[in-house]
This record gives sequence, structure tokens and C-alpha cells, in this order.
Amino acid sequence: MKIEALGDSALIIDLADEISDSSSLLPRVLSAAEAIERAKLPGVVDVTSSYESVAVFFDLRQVEPDIEDKVRVLIASAGGRVSGRKRRLEIPVCYDEEFALDIERVANHTSLTPDAIVAFHSSAEYTVACIGFMPGFPFLAGLPQQLRVPRLESPRTKVAAGSVAIANAQAGIYPLDSPGGWNVLGRTPQRLFRVNENPPTFLRPGDRIHFRAITRDEFEACKDDNW
Amino acid sequence: MITVCSAGFQTAVQDCGRPGLRKFGVTPGGALDSISLRLANLLVGNSESAAGLEISSGRIRLQIDSDRLIAWSGGQFEVRVGGNLIPILHCARVSVNADIGILPRRGGRAWLAISGGINVPEVLGSRATDLRAHFGGREGRALCDGDELHLGAEAELCARVRDEMPDHVSDWSAPRFVGRGKRLRIIRGKNWDGDIGAKLLAQQFRVGMNSDRMGLRLEGEEIAANRRELVSEAVTPGTIQLPPSGAPVVLLQGCQTIGGYPKIAHVITVDLGYAAQLQPLDEIGFELIELEEARQLLRARASEIALFRAGLEARFG
Repeated sequence: MKIEALGDSALIIDLADEISDSSSLLPRVLSAAEAIERAKLPGVVDVTSSYESVAVFFDLRQVEPDIEDKVRVLIASAGGRVSGRKRRLEIPVCYDEEFALDIERVANHTSLTPDAIVAFHSSAEYTVACIGFMPGFPFLAGLPQQLRVPRLESPRTKVAAGSVAIANAQAGIYPLDSPGGWNVLGRTPQRLFRVNENPPTFLRPGDRIHFRAITRDEFEACKDDNW
Repeated sequence: MITVCSAGFQTAVQDCGRPGLRKFGVTPGGALDSISLRLANLLVGNSESAAGLEISSGRIRLQIDSDRLIAWSGGQFEVRVGGNLIPILHCARVSVNADIGILPRRGGRAWLAISGGINVPEVLGSRATDLRAHFGGREGRALCDGDELHLGAEAELCARVRDEMPDHVSDWSAPRFVGRGKRLRIIRGKNWDGDIGAKLLAQQFRVGMNSDRMGLRLEGEEIAANRRELVSEAVTPGTIQLPPSGAPVVLLQGCQTIGGYPKIAHVITVDLGYAAQLQPLDEIGFELIELEEARQLLRARASEIALFRAGLEARFG
């Protein structure tokens, strides 16, 4: 465990030195984040996790001077398992060519046919490593080796909400219209971020998901229910 | 009700943001310089976190259909009520349908507080506009000409402040915190090293045209990164990221929650308000301090604000 300052009002705790295997590292990170959140330390305003680290944000006026020691002890005793049942969720994706903006680019890089790309993408099981970059955006681990393709040379100024995309070893879904540089393979009618719901995100870190291919008609029908 | 006769560019409703939602990817956001907004709010008798307007550029004209108090802080702006110039960090009386005019001089950004606060609906616990994710504030967008915004009810303190006003402008003011000229103080980041540090500290950078509420993109002599791209992890306002281009980016209050570039340093929290004043083509350098000093400065700043608040309460409370 390596604890470092993230600016003057946060700590970042890197756990990569504890575990080399990424499938055990993520549950360890999630249980560490959960332990800190549950402890409700005075002055702590935000706790987040990502692939290898936990970040603890605090209000310097209220935080106790030994925050670093407290965090160290909490994480050391947190263990490597996440509490509660694992959620398994299905995300419908329409791979229609109108939505699959970069399927040819991916085909050129991987020497796979579009059908094979869809088959690889929709047969894998992914784990939500973290939510971030933009509200509700899931960073997904578990992309098949065969689909590893670099980011676009120059990012798009607008990627449509619902776009399902890949970049290097990562997969993700754009919950909102946004600029972005990942390779877009399809679009989901599933809403991932709703400001009026609690929690506002459909997915949570640790969720297992897989993509199910749907037709354009199914996409339009689901979209009406969801948006 | 406040009527936005001329909205300027990128004028938006902001409060102190929505902390506690980073795990959902929601940026804390809010006013880029929350201290300026808090002081302006205190001056008009509001709670510190009431929603006001963040102003960037263009000529702004506003009208209010009731008697209110206003105060502003931030960069170099000319703020007038009727024809009268309202000095920075003073409280001013605005009577029904008087013209409020705001004109950037050297500019930067300014924050305007109105007694009662701007009463747009709270979204995820805050009235701040998330301009990137398009929610909060006025329909998740910057204000347009003709927008009308509801105002909240004034707190009891407002009436007492108004009674004590000698004229249209207060003879008291809030403390003004100024930056260290063309330098932002930084502390080391996770991916700091001697070579990067030397290059970062030795030069004056120019603020790039593509800078926005998310970050200042700096132009200067390229800095070679020690690592290209890292595993994505938490970033925070003040973080200086070094993308492969070698041009550092200083993240501001509107920044994303996760980033994958090396974090070479962090601008200290007390200097983030000055960073928010910088405009394209401005020159800026960095000065390295230790973490403990950064924290002492932040605690001292919080005490100064608390002292000002206590002073106001003693006089009007």
C-alpha cells in the first residue's frame, strides 16, 4: 500500500504493489474504498476507487490530523472481498452500421470481420472497474485480447449518448453526448445516468455485465421505454 | 425574478457545487473560485453556498423586479447599478428594474451574488450548472438573452444589512485575496521527477486558446513525460497532468473525476481562484512549496473567511 497526497485536500492510496493479478486487485480496491466510506471519518467528503487505487477527499478544516494513519489501518484490515451479492446485468446493444462508426477501423486493426468483432464484443463478461471521466461512464475490464485497438488519432467532438466503445484494453459506454476518442462499435438504448434517481448511475463498480446484440427495431422500442 | 437582458458568453448559475458524488463520475464543479462566490454571498446576507452567477466575458445586463442587494468578486470588471460604479467586494442596493451592467475590463471571471440567491431547482443536491454534462442551473446550459430566473426569499440578515447601508453602496467590504503575480504555487504530484520539475519551474507558460472550465492548457517548451499513459485514476481540481504532447494541463473546478495522464504536480487550493482568472495568452509560471505549507495556507484562508463572517454577524446579526 502506497499513500500519497493528491493535492492538499486528498490522499490517493495505490494498492497495485499488494497484488499483481488484476482480477483480485479490483475486489481488493473496492473493499478498501467501502471500508473507508463506512468509517465515516470526520471531514471526509468523497471516496472513489479506480483500477488500482482509492482516493479520499476531505475538507481540511474538519479532518483529523491523523487521517493518513486511520486510512492505512482501515485499508489494511479491509480484506479483499466486496460485501453484498455480485450484480450481473445485461446491456442491449444495437450494432447497426449507422451506430458502429468505427467498426471498419477496428476490422482493419484486428483483421477480423465486423460479425466476428460483434461476436467477440458481445460474448465476453466485463467488470465495471470504476465510474468516472463523465457522469455514469463505466470503465469496463474484460475486453477480449483480439479487440485491442488504439484510440482514434484525433477525438470526435461529439460522440452520441449510448455509444458503446473500446480503446486499448478498455471498454466503455458514453452515457451522455460528449467529445471522445474511443472506437465506437454500437449504441445501447439503456440509460446509464439519471439525475433524478438515487443512485444516479445504472452501473456500480464491481458489477458484472455483458452485451446482448439487438436489432434496430428492438433498439427503437427500448429507447422509447428508456428515454 | 431576475431578467437576463444580455447574457454575455458562458454566464451560468453556480453555487459551491456538488461534493460527494465523484464515485458516480459527477464532478464537484460549482464556481471556479468558490471563495469569491462565498464572500459575495456573505456581503449580501446570504448563506455562503447560495447560487449566484459566474461571469466570463461579454457585456452583461440584468434587471430585477424587486429590491435586492448585490455584491461581486473576481477579476477586473466594471459593475454598475443605474449609473453608479459598484466596487469589488462591496454590498450594493438595487431597486426595482434598475439596470445592472457588467463589463469585463481586464476580465477573467467574476461572481455575482444577489440577496435571496438564484432559485433554480436543485439537481443532485446543488443548483450549480454542469455545463459538460448539461444538468443543473438553468436547464444545464449557459444563460441566454431573455432568460428569467427566480430568486429565493431573503434571509433576515439581508434586511438588517439593507437598513445599515448609508447610501447605494456599503461603507464596509470583504477582504480581497490577491494572487502572487504571475505565479501559481504547486506541490509535487505522484509522477513528479527532477527533470520534469526543472522544466516546469524554469519557464513562463502561455495559457492556450482551448482552455475552459475543465482546465488550462499551457503552451511552452515541451516537457518530456517519464511515463506515457498510466492506468486511469482519480484527479482533482489543481492537478497538473502531462499528456504525451508535453504541454501540461492545469485542471480547474469543472474537471473530470478520472484521468490517465501522469500527474506531475498540483496547484495548491488557495491559488486555484487565481488560476480561474487566467485567460488565453496570459503568462504564468510555477513556484514549488511543500505540502504542509499548502495546508497551512488553506487553513489560514479558512480562518480569514470565518473571521469576516463573524464580523458581519457581530455587526448585523
